[in-house]
Amino acid sequence: MLGSGILKGLGVTAKNFVGSYHDPARMVTQEYPDTPAKLPEAYRNFPFLVTENATDPMGTLRCVACQICEKECPPQCIYIEKSKDKKPDAAGKPQLYPAVFAIDTAVCMSCQLCVEVCPFDAIKMDHVFEVAATNRFEGLLLNREQLAKPNEYFHQIRPAEAAEVDGRLTAERKAAEEKARAAAAAKAAAPAKPAAPAATPAPKPAEGGAAP
Amino acid sequence: MSCSDQSGLDAEFSTFGRPGGPTVRAVHDDFHGDLLEVSMGPQHPSTHGVFRMVVTLDGEQIVKLKPVFGYLHRNHEKIAEGTSYLASMPYTDRLDYLCSMTTNWAYALAVEKLSGQAVPDRAQYLRIIMAELTRLVNHSCLVGFLFNDLGTSFTPLLYAFREREKILDLFEALSGSRMMCNYQRFGGCRVDPSPEWLAAASALVDNFPRFLDEYETMLTGNEIMLARTQGIGRLDAQRAINAGITGPVLRASGVDYDIRKVDGTGFYSRFDFRVPLGAHGDTYDRYMMRILEMRESVKILQQAFKALPGGPIMDPKAKLRGFRPKAGEAYGRLESPKGELGFYLISDGSPNPWRYRVRPPSLINLTLLEEMCLGHTIADSVVILGSIDIVLGEVDR
Repeated sequence: MLGSGILKGLGVTAKNFVGSYHDPARMVTQEYPDTPAKLPEAYRNFPFLVTENATDPMGTLRCVACQICEKECPPQCIYIEKSKDKKPDAAGKPQLYPAVFAIDTAVCMSCQLCVEVCPFDAIKMDHVFEVAATNRFEGLLLNREQLAKPNEYFHQIRPAEAAEVDGRLTAERKAAEEKARAAAAAKAAAPAKPAAPAATPAPKPAEGGAAP
Repeated sequence: MSCSDQSGLDAEFSTFGRPGGPTVRAVHDDFHGDLLEVSMGPQHPSTHGVFRMVVTLDGEQIVKLKPVFGYLHRNHEKIAEGTSYLASMPYTDRLDYLCSMTTNWAYALAVEKLSGQAVPDRAQYLRIIMAELTRLVNHSCLVGFLFNDLGTSFTPLLYAFREREKILDLFEALSGSRMMCNYQRFGGCRVDPSPEWLAAASALVDNFPRFLDEYETMLTGNEIMLARTQGIGRLDAQRAINAGITGPVLRASGVDYDIRKVDGTGFYSRFDFRVPLGAHGDTYDRYMMRILEMRESVKILQQAFKALPGGPIMDPKAKLRGFRPKAGEAYGRLESPKGELGFYLISDGSPNPWRYRVRPPSLINLTLLEEMCLGHTIADSVVILGSIDIVLGEVDR
């Protein structure tokens, strides 16, 4: 019968319309600004810099200004200037630090390559997305102070990944300390030998490996 | 438009609209009046992006159609020749922004061919799972937009988007981004999905045929839709092969050519699925092709979830930084939801490709748009364009 196809189709829409009043499976709309958006842990948008100590954010940046992320960034939105002096990092070892670290979030495409290539777990992806600004330069060009966020914040947005990173870092630091102690003991035992090279924090074991 | 004498008009009329026949019927008399040239786009909601059609009309009938594109050109290939291999990966997300997973895979495939990189079994299965989920995303999106082009304002589109959203949520939970997944790497995948993710994806796939049934009840038998699509925008198999058309558009014309079967890319040869074929090559066949392909994708996905092996997802020898393949060339191709998507690379041993070229299925499928539209009305040209399934990010690059 001509028109039966249309009537069948209208039946489907009517079923969905009535169902949307009582069947939660058919109510798919999120009332976003009223109820906050639920983000999965893996969600990524714009990088931030991890600091070890919330009270002294600039003194304890994990970043050592190695500039790998700056070189690998596809749209070239990271700008880093190395410091002239060295500051002790969280393990007490003197390290270079970024005198300038700027990310142009108007250019950044949140591809996460900076996070993947960083050997120091210093840069991670953020969960922010309500970042409208009225000024392109002050609002979107983020400097070192705006980018630095404490490790606690990282734990808050990505509990699983942060726990894994912390476990790895403490293990590395312990290994480095033991190595340094062993080197010092060896030096004390045989003072004629030249000093052992200082232990450096080992880079991530598998560079190509995926984050779990 | 220019006018011509009346002699030879009848001969022109009989071959008009056929392949090789005249594309412009010169008509200028008191009854017909002049031809009218209409510029549709680039800012037009029905052209699926910044695409422009310069249509010459005789009354409401199309006598000439000139596609104009390039408004979204971003210099992708030249940029890729200037950056490292890895840095091009996020840019490939932005080619076909509806199917970033398959675009990533095609690029990774070309680079792996170039460097002779092995890919672990689990990663191969994950790639197939992602590619088929992407096919569901793309085709459900396409049929939704096709009905939007037919004039059914929004209901079919939103039904399709409701399902697409669920898959995009899965992509977001896995890769961190709904559409710009950036998931594949040279030698494997970036993230290993958790068992919960796999369970959720498997449940979604098992439920997907229910959506297809509902969608087909709602629309496939609709008389208005049948009248508007059957016999419209015919493309015969010979012309389609000659023009290099691939993907569902080619198969709707009855040509059995699916790179998943021809190449057995990845592990596709291990899966049991059929390739649907059309008989008429009209808009209706192209619509049905998408629906049937989604049903086959569901079959592939169910097999993949069952057979997914354990193990690493990344080749241990894979390097993320300092990647310098040996000098040589490689062409990696894949059956993307839109057709044959290929990446052609020439390496001279430096960290960036010497030549980088994309074979975009959308652009090449677009070449016969004029032939399909001739003789139909301007409202049909919108539907025909919708049934070809183009994404301007890929057409213009």
